[in-house]
Amino acid sequence: MQNNCIYLDNNATTKVDSEVIEVMLPYLTDYYGNPSSMHTFGGQVGKALRTAREQLAAILGADQSEIVYTSCGTEGDNAAIRAALLAHPEKRHIVTTQVEHPAVLNVCKQLETQGYSVTYLSVNHQGQLDLDELEASLTGNTALVTIMYANNETGTIFPIEQIGLRVKEYGAIFHVDAVQVVGKIPLNMKTSTVDMLTVSGHKLHGPKGIGALYIRRGVRFRPFILGGHQERGRRAGTENVPGIIALGKAAELEMLHLEEANKRQTRLRDRLEQALLTTIPDCVVNGDPTQRLPNTTNIGFKYIEGEAILLSLNKYGICASSGSACTSGSLEPSHVLRAMGLPYTTLHGSIRFSLCRYTTEAEIDQVIEVMPSIVERLRALSPFKNDDAGWLQEQEQALAHR
Amino acid sequence: MWDYTDKVLELFYDPKNQGAIEETSEPGVKLAMGEIGSIACGDALRLHLKVEVESDKILDARFQTFGCTSAIASSSALTEMVKGLTLDEALKVSNRDIADYLGGLPEAKMHCSVMGQEALEAAIYNYRGIPLATHDDDDEGALVCSCFGISEAKIRRVVLENNLTGAEEVTNYVKAGGGCGSCLANIDDIIKSVQQEYASAAINDYGVKVATEIVTSKERSLTNVQKIALIQKVLDEEIRPVLIADGGDVELYDVEGDRVKVVLQGACGSCSSSTATLKIAIEARLQDRVSKNLVVEAV
Repeated sequence: MQNNCIYLDNNATTKVDSEVIEVMLPYLTDYYGNPSSMHTFGGQVGKALRTAREQLAAILGADQSEIVYTSCGTEGDNAAIRAALLAHPEKRHIVTTQVEHPAVLNVCKQLETQGYSVTYLSVNHQGQLDLDELEASLTGNTALVTIMYANNETGTIFPIEQIGLRVKEYGAIFHVDAVQVVGKIPLNMKTSTVDMLTVSGHKLHGPKGIGALYIRRGVRFRPFILGGHQERGRRAGTENVPGIIALGKAAELEMLHLEEANKRQTRLRDRLEQALLTTIPDCVVNGDPTQRLPNTTNIGFKYIEGEAILLSLNKYGICASSGSACTSGSLEPSHVLRAMGLPYTTLHGSIRFSLCRYTTEAEIDQVIEVMPSIVERLRALSPFKNDDAGWLQEQEQALAHR
Repeated sequence: MWDYTDKVLELFYDPKNQGAIEETSEPGVKLAMGEIGSIACGDALRLHLKVEVESDKILDARFQTFGCTSAIASSSALTEMVKGLTLDEALKVSNRDIADYLGGLPEAKMHCSVMGQEALEAAIYNYRGIPLATHDDDDEGALVCSCFGISEAKIRRVVLENNLTGAEEVTNYVKAGGGCGSCLANIDDIIKSVQQEYASAAINDYGVKVATEIVTSKERSLTNVQKIALIQKVLDEEIRPVLIADGGDVELYDVEGDRVKVVLQGACGSCSSSTATLKIAIEARLQDRVSKNLVVEAV
């Protein structure tokens, strides 16, 4: 178990803040009462939950009554989509994008088998949406528009409020998967066009197993999980008390650090990016260069494969992630990078570095130092080269004619 | 993180025989090269062999691989394994041998070992000037997986060689079905078909033994497939040689329950004693070898 790694995979998950652990621990030990109980022992837990709910509501710019706790971001996405459709059973059309997280895409695919029609909006080579395409897809039959706030792989931020204005014209419910955004860019649901918004605890230095769904007051919502009357009847099940307490504290800390952390991470990220682009030939940044999360850079190292890069980085204790097929159980490379139309020479060798407020200068220096030799070594092994006039060009031509 | 063996990691971090073999003017030596995979699929291997012409022996082997840890390790392992072998010996190296050399590969990475074996085959066929397609009918027949361009023939081969039993395993070995997944049901059908053919061949091979058992114990009940296979076996090995020696022959036409329909051919077809042939030479022998209830009819 490696505890002193250079962790640059924060879009996958984050380290739980020590202050967060400190506040949640008593709710695993001393204060184990059920908040629904009528005795004081449970009642005091209920009070703590209210505080936590206010902390989370504050980072969203929402009212605490608009928060429903879930077990994770995936549950939040699933609940939002299904609730929106149940609330408007007469409408049978959904709009989403080709680059959503599987927690949205796979639900949409299943709904297609149940008679819903789904529009999957395309993205350009920077991963950005075409608002005209969005507008053209909307009809009076559109029940739901579900679009992520920022992409987990490239960090590309979508113009959510501009999208929302168009969605509202057609009377559809607007759900936003914001698991990568909360704690990274400021949010204010009071002035937003968003109806529902998904949060995940472990993406903002909270623990795994806790998430939340913001549901704008007045938005019709049919619960996904039925049982007791917890969460005002919107999500049954005894509350994950330590998780909720932890998420509240995590949100409070993120809010406290947001501005300074943003500046710092942007600076470190840009330094990393520029250094790699300068020292390593044939690599490109994937994603929108300006409308991008401050902590994320996705770089395509041409002619080599991502998993081999990751394992090489791992030797130095550096953790990142890749859009390569070989990284996952899937045999297809990242659907996000493919939707952006990246050439295969780039997308198989794409590496995502995602920073957090704990990332240090020294860690970035270490990555800058080791990456050139890693890329050089793997390129020396590769049969593909920039000047390869044979095999690679034949293949790219064949692919272009597919 | 995949669970790689120490050998995989060793050959990934410190690969043996990387690079190309440059053209040489050495007398009695020729180079061979095989390319497999593609940048679209995410792994590709170019294998170089240096062959001593007179002995057909591989003097040196080198690789260039675009791919993941296990692809690089498999390529390196392959080059180590084939050095010193003759080309015929090298052709016997299977993907399973490559995986075994590495102390195993994660199941989902077995396609890396298959890529190694295929590159070796491609290099040797190139060297011998034989078009790959004439030896390897992978490119023939129906394309099953359009995402990765995998044909039915290739799937059948990998199923048979690696004794695969499910579509997921096929995906692990040749990637077929690993894209949109729409061909997974077809892959399952191919697996079933291969298994049936394999079972049928096994029954044929096993036929004499089964017959012996029947003769000695008479208790064995055969399935229809086993019965037909055994009838064919007895006809081919015990009856037809005798008839052919007399200028005739017999062909199995159909089996319906215990009724065996045959076509008498050659001298047997026109022989005045064909009924006797049918009953004595064929029916009696089949009753003895397969089941006493069989009745043989000419059609």
